[in-house]
Amino acid sequence: MSRASRGDAERPARLSVRKTYKLFIGGAFPRSESGRAYAVSSTKGDFLANASRASRKDARDAVAAARKAFPGWSGATPYNRGQILYRVAEMLEGRRAQFAAELDGVPSKKAGELVDAAVDRLVWYAGWSDKIGAVRGAANPVAGPYFNLSSPEPTGVVAVIAPDEPLLGLVSVIAPAIVTGNTCVVVASERAPLPSITLAEVLATSDLPGGVVNILTGFTGELAPWLASHMDVNAIDLTGVTDPDLARRCEGDAAENLKRVLRPKPSDWSEEPDLTRMTAFLETKTVWHPIGV
Amino acid sequence: MTTSLVDVASSDATLRGFLHGLPGVDRVGADQRAAALATRSIKTAAKAHAIDLAISMVDLTTLEGADTPGKVRAMCAKAVHPDPTDPSVPRVAAVCVYPDLVADAVRALSGSGVKVASVATAFPSGRSSLEVKVADTALAVAAGADEIDMVIDRGAFLAGDYRTVYEQVAAVKAACGAAHLKVILETGELATYDNVRRASWLAMLAGADFIKTSTGKVSPAATLPVTLIMLEAVRDFRERTGRVVGVKPAGGIRTTKDAIKNLVLVKETAGEDWLTPDRFRLGASSLLNDLLMQRQKLTSGRYAGPDYFTVD
Repeated sequence: MSRASRGDAERPARLSVRKTYKLFIGGAFPRSESGRAYAVSSTKGDFLANASRASRKDARDAVAAARKAFPGWSGATPYNRGQILYRVAEMLEGRRAQFAAELDGVPSKKAGELVDAAVDRLVWYAGWSDKIGAVRGAANPVAGPYFNLSSPEPTGVVAVIAPDEPLLGLVSVIAPAIVTGNTCVVVASERAPLPSITLAEVLATSDLPGGVVNILTGFTGELAPWLASHMDVNAIDLTGVTDPDLARRCEGDAAENLKRVLRPKPSDWSEEPDLTRMTAFLETKTVWHPIGV
Repeated sequence: MTTSLVDVASSDATLRGFLHGLPGVDRVGADQRAAALATRSIKTAAKAHAIDLAISMVDLTTLEGADTPGKVRAMCAKAVHPDPTDPSVPRVAAVCVYPDLVADAVRALSGSGVKVASVATAFPSGRSSLEVKVADTALAVAAGADEIDMVIDRGAFLAGDYRTVYEQVAAVKAACGAAHLKVILETGELATYDNVRRASWLAMLAGADFIKTSTGKVSPAATLPVTLIMLEAVRDFRERTGRVVGVKPAGGIRTTKDAIKNLVLVKETAGEDWLTPDRFRLGASSLLNDLLMQRQKLTSGRYAGPDYFTVD
């Protein structure tokens, strides 16, 4: 803290007000119920801030919040979900400088490009909201007097272990999960969790209903197994699990209630995505409707 | 507090004098005491024991206009085997239904050991004549109810007409015969903790076997401080008279945590004697599933989901 110049002696320099990084559960920003935190360092090893270290009970609460938000979010029209994702992109654009400054270990020009890419990624997925049904659904020809229609449906609560790419990677795993109507519990990058909480501030001010996205910071190895074995989680995205033993264990636990598991190969987040991340968390509902009744 | 309780109800004046002579409740103190006890941490083996005890104390309740015999039968099946996949889960204490559905519940539960409770006396408002209330009670008893949950006339109580309330409770108690009588005070409508204490004593003097907080139709329902005051009342009533009265918080108890907070309150206020389904009940419908999910979490080591338990 620096003192103001002597001429201003009566008005000392104001104390800086620093942000407390908390969790994002059900649209609110609680501390971890365990009261724990861990120090986050820059790539050079300097102290950046303390982040909340979520416990399994925070994960449980987050799943409950996501489950509560699911009927409303999955029942919203795809058009509405798309508009909200556009809104998230707008809010993110407005905070471009803040995110660029927060991306640690990246030169400022590159950081700005990463934020732009994250905004573009949100817009890309937002556009899919009312088109994925046309691409993945079908009017099936059947041998009988029926209309036979298939449509993609959200699978439910998705647990997402986010990759270490703190903004672009995070947005690239959240957007495809929620655009189709799922709700999610995200475990942010263990090494670089701070931008995820700033992103939570963006989400909280973008008309996204509370509980659709819940963000936990903490240790992946501590949280992932509880989410993988949770009977009320319908799918798990293991993108950010780098330890192959942990990933295998999570896959095994996930099998207990037949969770959909996404364990993709490491990917270059700057490349344009395909539909894989959306279709991984969709189920197909097929209805038969008699003709002429 | 040395007067004999025998003559207390002999006239309106003595009854009023006794009830208003009860020590006043320190509202801040009661709130803090309940809040302090609610912070107690119950883990692992103690938690497993508490969950099983809480399950065995549940009065599984359905009091909807849309209740059908089928729904009551389904609920009775759940009362006997709360978790069909795990026979070690204890059965609940009772099911609680409207009088016209008592016969269905009795048929479904015969020989199971689960009691049938019925609300009566123009539940939930209690706004009817004494004749109708007694007839309502007789209907439920004739259909085979083991326990009657009556509501007091809150209008008369708040108007200071304690004698009317007393006589109505006594008349319904007489109509109950062998059935146990639970008296619902509807504490959410009584306005003050002093009134909760007075209504508790009034109900006990008139012959209640249980005092119950709420109908579940009014909010706030069973708050911890109110349960605390009622537990103090039954403790003091046993000291004065030797008669044991039970307590049933009902309404708003939805989570295992809420249930365990209530059990801590019982142990620390009335004592361990009251930690049995004969003396303490939890009126609830959604609580049971949360208890079962927590129980499954303890046995399986993984968080359970509501998809794996029946809705009613």
